[in-house]
Amino acid sequence: MNAPPLLAVQGLTRRFGGLVAVDGLDLTVFKGEIIGLLGPNGSGKTTALNLISGALKPDAGTVALRGDFIQGLAPFRIARRGVARTFQLVRVLGSMTCRENVLAGLAFGTRNDWGVRADANADDLLQRVGLVGRGGVMTAELTYIDQKRLELARALALRPDLLLLDEWLAGLNPTELLQGIELVRSLRGDGIAILMVEHVMDAIRSLCDRCVVMNAGRRIAEGTPSAVLADPEVIRAYLGDEDA
Amino acid sequence: MTLPLPVKIVGAAVAVAMLACVPLVADGYRLSLAIGLLNYTVLATAWALFSGPTRYVSLATVAFFGIGVYTVAVLGEVLAWPLVLLIALGIGVVLALIIGLSTLRLSGVYFVIFTFGLAELVRQLVTWFEVNKTRTLGRYVFVDITTDQIYWQLLALAVMVFAAGLLIRRSRLGLALRVIGDDETVARHVGINVTAAKVALFMLSAAFMTLCGAVMAPRWSYIDPAIAFNPVTSFQVLIMALLGGVHRLYGPVLGVVPLTLLFEFLLANFPNHFSILIGIAFMLIVYAIPNGIAGLAEKLWARVKGARP
Ligand SMILES: Nc1ncnc2c1ncn2[C@@H]1O[C@H](COP(=O)(O)OP(=O)(O)O)[C@@H](O)[C@H]1O
Ligand SMILES: [Mg+2]
Repeated sequence: MNAPPLLAVQGLTRRFGGLVAVDGLDLTVFKGEIIGLLGPNGSGKTTALNLISGALKPDAGTVALRGDFIQGLAPFRIARRGVARTFQLVRVLGSMTCRENVLAGLAFGTRNDWGVRADANADDLLQRVGLVGRGGVMTAELTYIDQKRLELARALALRPDLLLLDEWLAGLNPTELLQGIELVRSLRGDGIAILMVEHVMDAIRSLCDRCVVMNAGRRIAEGTPSAVLADPEVIRAYLGDEDA
Repeated sequence: MTLPLPVKIVGAAVAVAMLACVPLVADGYRLSLAIGLLNYTVLATAWALFSGPTRYVSLATVAFFGIGVYTVAVLGEVLAWPLVLLIALGIGVVLALIIGLSTLRLSGVYFVIFTFGLAELVRQLVTWFEVNKTRTLGRYVFVDITTDQIYWQLLALAVMVFAAGLLIRRSRLGLALRVIGDDETVARHVGINVTAAKVALFMLSAAFMTLCGAVMAPRWSYIDPAIAFNPVTSFQVLIMALLGGVHRLYGPVLGVVPLTLLFEFLLANFPNHFSILIGIAFMLIVYAIPNGIAGLAEKLWARVKGARP
């Protein structure tokens, strides 16, 4: 393997006061892979995504994108290098229509799309996530699942090489979940690598090539979904008796 | 409601042409009132250009305005008028750049207090300089500019500030600002350089405020720092913009017209209680019409439209 991995995280560390939220995390994502980031609540998964996407600056460690160090860069610079994300608590732009939300992703990211062509691209992306014909609808009128779809369309508008999903499948009903899983799977076909924080086991098993499991900021396991989910230490972490 | 673009442009041109005739027909008092209206139109619209989309409440208006005034007072006699304006513009924009880079990371109330403090600081610095270096507190403004010319220059500035607002609204910067106004975190993560966008807008807004001060300077024959950097100006501009509504380009004007008239009336009749009265006006406005007259008008219009079959 001569090409550097798409994403290489090494020794990534972030403290909040006395708490070490992410503690020496190592993580690698290759082009086109779907990697699951698992762990009990409070284990540092969201913080890890925030460090990769630039929302937070690490205290130590490196993040390399295609071999270039990006840790500590402003989030807009990281976004322009092709890293898009969604948020654990869905964030849509409340004063705008669906199409404008997607235009926001097109206009400033990796493409600088603007004008009539951008409108067409926005509508294509809305169709892609299952919001066909909803371009003119205000985001406030969307249901929760549709807001999540819109957020994904906005992230895809950046034409990312790496997509960070923070519990994007959480809170969906069984039908929506199946659609969501298919949608994420279809992104792999486009060559997008995905690092997804997820609790939904069905999704993890059917989507992820590999998983990294965190507990109390540290990586405690890595491997195929079935291997890590059978790992005794992982089971102990999820049952919450790691002190025993 | 929405007219085709050529109709709008012709309409605007006709309106500007008619406004340009005001000095030809108005007497001294009315012209003076019209100058006041245009002055506050430029200031309040420029204020809303920045504060509307970013939701930063700035009280630095008079810092820039005063710099414009003082540049004219100092250089008006020695340099050609366009050069004086250009220098004022340069000073205002550079100051805005410095303030922007150093303060736009502050949020909410800290920004308000900082901008207020800044305007006071500039006033104190100018006072200190005048007292200790030039050994005069006041200055006479000697420039060869008639009242009619002041009016026309203000009208030109008003046209430019509206044109700037329209152009921004249609640009990527305009979209960036709306995204920032909705959710700054999202803005950063879709690749928007939030600081650069805010600073650029702050500089543009300051440019108009500084030029406005420069153009207004010849209205006074005598100025001192207390006149040029009067903090009440910043508050008045803020109240006018909020009353009119900052989410529309034409919003601030809707606040400028009634309040300029009201302030005129208050100043003439209750000069000693003026500050208290505008404070009360401010509170009433924020409580009663949070989205301003523009928001109120839109709501009424929507109701009228909704009532029709
Ligand atoms: N901005 C913050 N300030 C202080 N503590 C934080 C902050 N963000 C996260 N934490 C703490 O860091 C730990 C990890 O949180 P998080 O990354 O959100 O976990 P996860 O996403 O795995 O549930 C938690 O104990 C949380 O309270
Ligand atoms: Mg989380």
